[in-house]
Amino acid sequence: MEKLSGAEMIVRALQDEGVEYLFGYPGGAVLHIYDAIFQQDKVHHILVRHEQAATHAADGYARATGKPGVVLVTSGPGATNAVTGIATAYMDSIPMVVISGQVRSDWIGDDAFQETDMVGISRPIVKHSFMVRDQSEIPEMMRKAFHIATTGRPGPVLIDIPKDKTAPNVKVPYEYPKKVKMRSYTPVTRGHAGQIRKAVEELLKARRPVIYAGGGVISGEASDLLTTLARKLGYPVTNTLMGLGCYPATDKQFVGMLGMHGTYEANMVMHNSDLILAVGARFDDRATNDTSKYCPGATIVHIDVDPATISKNVRADVPIVGPVQQVLEDMITMLDEHGGQPDQKALARWWEEINGWREVHGLRYEVNKDGPMKPQQVVQALYKATKGDAYVTSDVGQHQMFAAQYYHFDKPRRWINSGGLGTMGFGLPAAMGVQLAFPDAMVACVTGEGSIQMNIQELSTCLQYNLPVKIVNINNQALGMVRQWQDMQYGGRHSHSYMDSLPDFVRLAESYGHVGIRVDHIEDLDAAMEKAFSLKDRLVFLDVYVDPSEHVYPMHIADGAMRDMWLSKTERT
Amino acid sequence: MRRIISILMENEPGALSRVIGLFSQRGYNIETLTVAPTEDQTLSRLTLTTIGDDRTIERITKHLNKLIEVVKLVDLTEGAHIERELMLIKVKATGAQRAEVKRSVDIFRGQIVDVTSTVYTVQLAGASDKLDAFIGAIGETQVLEVVRSGVSGIARGEKVLSI
Repeated sequence: MEKLSGAEMIVRALQDEGVEYLFGYPGGAVLHIYDAIFQQDKVHHILVRHEQAATHAADGYARATGKPGVVLVTSGPGATNAVTGIATAYMDSIPMVVISGQVRSDWIGDDAFQETDMVGISRPIVKHSFMVRDQSEIPEMMRKAFHIATTGRPGPVLIDIPKDKTAPNVKVPYEYPKKVKMRSYTPVTRGHAGQIRKAVEELLKARRPVIYAGGGVISGEASDLLTTLARKLGYPVTNTLMGLGCYPATDKQFVGMLGMHGTYEANMVMHNSDLILAVGARFDDRATNDTSKYCPGATIVHIDVDPATISKNVRADVPIVGPVQQVLEDMITMLDEHGGQPDQKALARWWEEINGWREVHGLRYEVNKDGPMKPQQVVQALYKATKGDAYVTSDVGQHQMFAAQYYHFDKPRRWINSGGLGTMGFGLPAAMGVQLAFPDAMVACVTGEGSIQMNIQELSTCLQYNLPVKIVNINNQALGMVRQWQDMQYGGRHSHSYMDSLPDFVRLAESYGHVGIRVDHIEDLDAAMEKAFSLKDRLVFLDVYVDPSEHVYPMHIADGAMRDMWLSKTERT
Repeated sequence: MRRIISILMENEPGALSRVIGLFSQRGYNIETLTVAPTEDQTLSRLTLTTIGDDRTIERITKHLNKLIEVVKLVDLTEGAHIERELMLIKVKATGAQRAEVKRSVDIFRGQIVDVTSTVYTVQLAGASDKLDAFIGAIGETQVLEVVRSGVSGIARGEKVLSI
């Protein structure tokens, strides 16, 4: 059998897993691994400028492709810098494998240079973690790490590896295991047929139904099945922030995103429904408002691969634990076999009511002809310039919500944002990962002047690897969402939410070797967008100045029900 | 309500910290905890007691089941079970107290496992409330030191927790 060093085994295992890109940053504890990377050309290493960006880039790659993102960082600060990105992936159930260097094993616990207990630090934010104790464990550990990260409810897995376990002079036999056997890890592969049947009966009985679909539909590759089911039944569909794109947003059955900044009609449909079919969604607090007032008349059918998610925040009447894809498949089959139809009269009345809500329409904003540009207009211009066919990453804040509301995603894996953790600084590195996966695709990073500065250094990485991301900086010279809350809840006292000394982003982009365009007037917006996307092989930084006083609406009224919303600064439900 | 959760898990470094970490991270309490390898050296049996309503316990068991190293678990309080805790307790044993302590030990079916002219060291096993009752009977002022093992438990009858 072939003999390899620990470092060589890690790189070989990545090859055997079919890993294309490895996002990382070298340092003392991982130098043996970097030397092994140098001596091969199958796994392409992408050198970021900060380890947080390595994790976000791997995360963006994973969200866009469905394949696990892979990260390599050194011990100590390298590992701790990766923590925010690991937590981001954990909260959104993104498959990721993070390899962190560790000081040599006989120094562990001695407060050695660049030592930190990474297994300990990362424990609450990983699906699982391993510490290599012997070189011979590496092939199996790597196989297990990828298996755990990508199956069941996906998530990040960490492998911490002491430097001496990668030493080039210690070689052990290498064979990559074909199969993994873990008696303590057996993710469920089938939903209970009896429960699915019960769900079908509930679905057909419903008079005011709604399908509430989340990120699990995307990670479970079940978008087509969900669409088939929804069309078969003719029921309205709403998506969570994480689920956008799993049902075509331009379809007439789509009522928009729900939740804190969801559409008026989506939240009204939820509140007034008598049946909620929740698919791969987790009843997050941003989606439910006060759970004690949640959708009082609704029977809840909840499909999720993770049993711990079911009845965690809202009790499910018909829980179904299983992979969304298989459960939906069975559901469609049973529906066909059953032959029953929903009550068409009731459904027609329901749609009439929904269309009434649509006319009130929460998604609107006022444009002052001579006043500043509105952030919503910027997202709409982006939608127009890309014909709705771009990959859009975002950071966190108002711009994120405007992008979610006004860019209509018709396909899964196109909307890439940090939904659970809400990580500012996510957008640009995530866009790098997406652009690497799809070099010819249009990739836009919708961001703000606050978020972009959290990982602005990655402009350098973009130049090195020629990643022509289009950055749409919705610049309101303020931390917009913080400011909105301060306006609404703190008497307009803008405590530290103003960016006092902004850089000249155009010159900043230019100094990194990119193209910068500043836009101040709405008349110039479309042309600037067109120009940005016509420069196919250049990164373009669009710095668009918008109205700093704009708020995101609708907005749930805190501690209220789904139907309780602010619709503008002055109107509420 | 007090629950006894018994867990069979991989006997691997780090597994215990994951279980404990889960409780602190999600804001659940651990009242007692005891853990040791089983007859199969690759497995550890961990028993913990916690307090919570049905919903909390459901969440705890679901999250515990998600830990990769947890092989199986059971909430013993859901069925008939036997629970035992071991206590070693040092009590003052002077004057008239000396005979009184001895009598209490006999009543509670404990054993005096070490003796000096002023101190008895008593070993007592039983359900936790029995151990509490013994401390009450002796009187807290007489107690010098208490060591309790935490609760271990096993289901009654033919039910077994094994792989």
